[in-house]
Amino acid sequence: MDDGSKLEGWGRLPVPGRELLSTNLESITKGAVLSRGLGRSYGDSSLPAEASDKVAATRLADRILSFDPETGILRAEAGLSLAEMNRLFLPRGFFTPVTPGTKFVTLGGMVASDVHGKNHHRKGCFGAHVRSLRMRLANDDIVECSASQHPDLFYATIGGMGLLGHILEVEVALDRIPSPFILMETRRVRDIDEFLRELARAAKTSPMTVGWIDCLSQGSNLGRGIMTEGRWATAEEANGHAMREPLEVTLPFELPNFALNPFTASVFNALYYWKHVPERDERIVGPDPFFYPLDAIHHWNRAYGARGFTQYQCVLPRKAGPEAVREFLQLLTKLRCASPLCVIKDCGPEGKGLLSFPMEGTSIAVDMAITPEIQRVTDVLNEFVIAAGGRIYLTKDRFTRREHFRAMEPRLDAFLEVRERWKAHRLRSAQSVRLFGDKA
Amino acid sequence: MKAVVLGATSGMGREIARRLVERGDSVFMLGRDVANLQKGAGDLKARHPRGEDIGYAICDLADPRTFAPALDAADAALGGFDTVIVTAALFATQDQLEADVELTHRLLTVNYANTVVFCEHARKRLLARGGGNLAVFSSVAGDRGRKPVALYGSTKAGLSHYLESLDHKFHAAGLNVVCVKPGFVKTEMTAGLKPPPFAGEPSRVALDVVRAIDARKPVVYTPTIWALVMLVIRWLPRFVMRKIGF
Repeated sequence: MDDGSKLEGWGRLPVPGRELLSTNLESITKGAVLSRGLGRSYGDSSLPAEASDKVAATRLADRILSFDPETGILRAEAGLSLAEMNRLFLPRGFFTPVTPGTKFVTLGGMVASDVHGKNHHRKGCFGAHVRSLRMRLANDDIVECSASQHPDLFYATIGGMGLLGHILEVEVALDRIPSPFILMETRRVRDIDEFLRELARAAKTSPMTVGWIDCLSQGSNLGRGIMTEGRWATAEEANGHAMREPLEVTLPFELPNFALNPFTASVFNALYYWKHVPERDERIVGPDPFFYPLDAIHHWNRAYGARGFTQYQCVLPRKAGPEAVREFLQLLTKLRCASPLCVIKDCGPEGKGLLSFPMEGTSIAVDMAITPEIQRVTDVLNEFVIAAGGRIYLTKDRFTRREHFRAMEPRLDAFLEVRERWKAHRLRSAQSVRLFGDKA
Repeated sequence: MKAVVLGATSGMGREIARRLVERGDSVFMLGRDVANLQKGAGDLKARHPRGEDIGYAICDLADPRTFAPALDAADAALGGFDTVIVTAALFATQDQLEADVELTHRLLTVNYANTVVFCEHARKRLLARGGGNLAVFSSVAGDRGRKPVALYGSTKAGLSHYLESLDHKFHAAGLNVVCVKPGFVKTEMTAGLKPPPFAGEPSRVALDVVRAIDARKPVVYTPTIWALVMLVIRWLPRFVMRKIGF
């Protein structure tokens, strides 16, 4: 079956494999070992363990099955993209309760990764708003699950990386929004201590917060960056602002590997930091520049060149204190592996998804080009995270070792038990073989 | 617009039906599978700005007996349609067709003879009410005899020829015929084939088609770049066509 066709995640690094593509999700998931949506997870969670593995591509199964404008409850096939949901429902005054940093994801993927966003401290993860799932199990049966119907299956599937069954349909409650615009406030932050104070302060007043960190800055500048907070604008505030199609361009070819190096990255970071001339700025913006700034450049992953890249995202628990965050940033700086993209976010309490990523604390995400050092860097960071009692985000991961994953994931046994109960071991991905001990 | 879409349950037909209902047009779906039609109707209703109910009927291009009843049902539901769009067709690779004469016969019949018969039913109804739009999916494969689409392309060549004549004959009577020539589009139909350069997305094609109908364009290549590609191909000398595999 290895005919030269390849599949890749957002971090590139293709592996041999092919996907079955159809509008009929029920037919292609039969006997399949993995589902994948738009392939936006950075690592290998949507990649087959072996070229001959049957992978169902959900993206053509994108029908809305029902929408109730009274309650905002939407039921749709798993391949419906968030971009399409936004296009259809923003003008009608509804928005997804939780959005990740890209709109090029599917509903099924949002459940499997239990995505979080700028409002995690208020709204939790996407899974907290899912009412019901229709699933194709490993034995090919189809079941409906929810908080009251097969709750073990339901909560293991939320954040379960597709390892319990194929998500066919998702029912979720959309939020009613006062206008399709965001009142965004940004400010320069001088160092990491100020950043942590700002994040904690903003969490109390703003429904949405996030920070960009210049993680190449050192010494007294360590952890400087730009803090962004926002809330939906009221109809009066939005008055006079017209809905516009976001301007999107495509990076048409991959840049050479050397284009993004520590020097160009630090120049970029310094420019980006100082571009924010006023210390504080407030404006009304559309949802796209606020939630999805990087979606404006299609295929921006080509900027890293053929070598590909990965994202290291971890959460450090609140109890580890601000020192842990400061030390983590120092470690990042010392390892000289960081790229321009480094994002810090204050997370609220852990959700009900059995393997869901966020926990009360501070999440840090940083892009890294693939270099010969990447395994060592990942190991060093993981050892730090384990010692601090934190964990990593599976959706971004490609290089974590199984023993490290075990050490940071006390919930794993409970997850594997549910998987055993639903006889789901036939399902696997390149990631589950690497981390969960699935048969290679 | 009150449009009947044959092939509205998947691929480009689904996308066109979506673009139409999203701007408030009325749509009636024709397809082969009731469960699929039912779900598709739900999708379109949710996208319609006024939440209009979407009707559907069984119509199978392989079975011409279904044509007249399906169009009658559409007429009744829409209160007289003014637009008919046909995206349905069969596809198979040249290798599959060469290996299976039965399949070849079925594909030639469905894509050419039966599609023309369906269009005849549709255009008679449209002309009887003073005209309307008839947009039918042919293909760039019908523009030149080519090795990889010898059989499939011949059905599309015949269909393009028929649609051109329809335009010549009935344009003055108010029939707006649109011959759609998609290049490679990434749909279920082409899943498993390696996309060539300039491969298009169904949503893009749908926009182009709706625009062409509105602008009364008799022929539309989509994505647009294929007009240029096919211009070159049409002018390649025979000795070149014998050599290349395109």
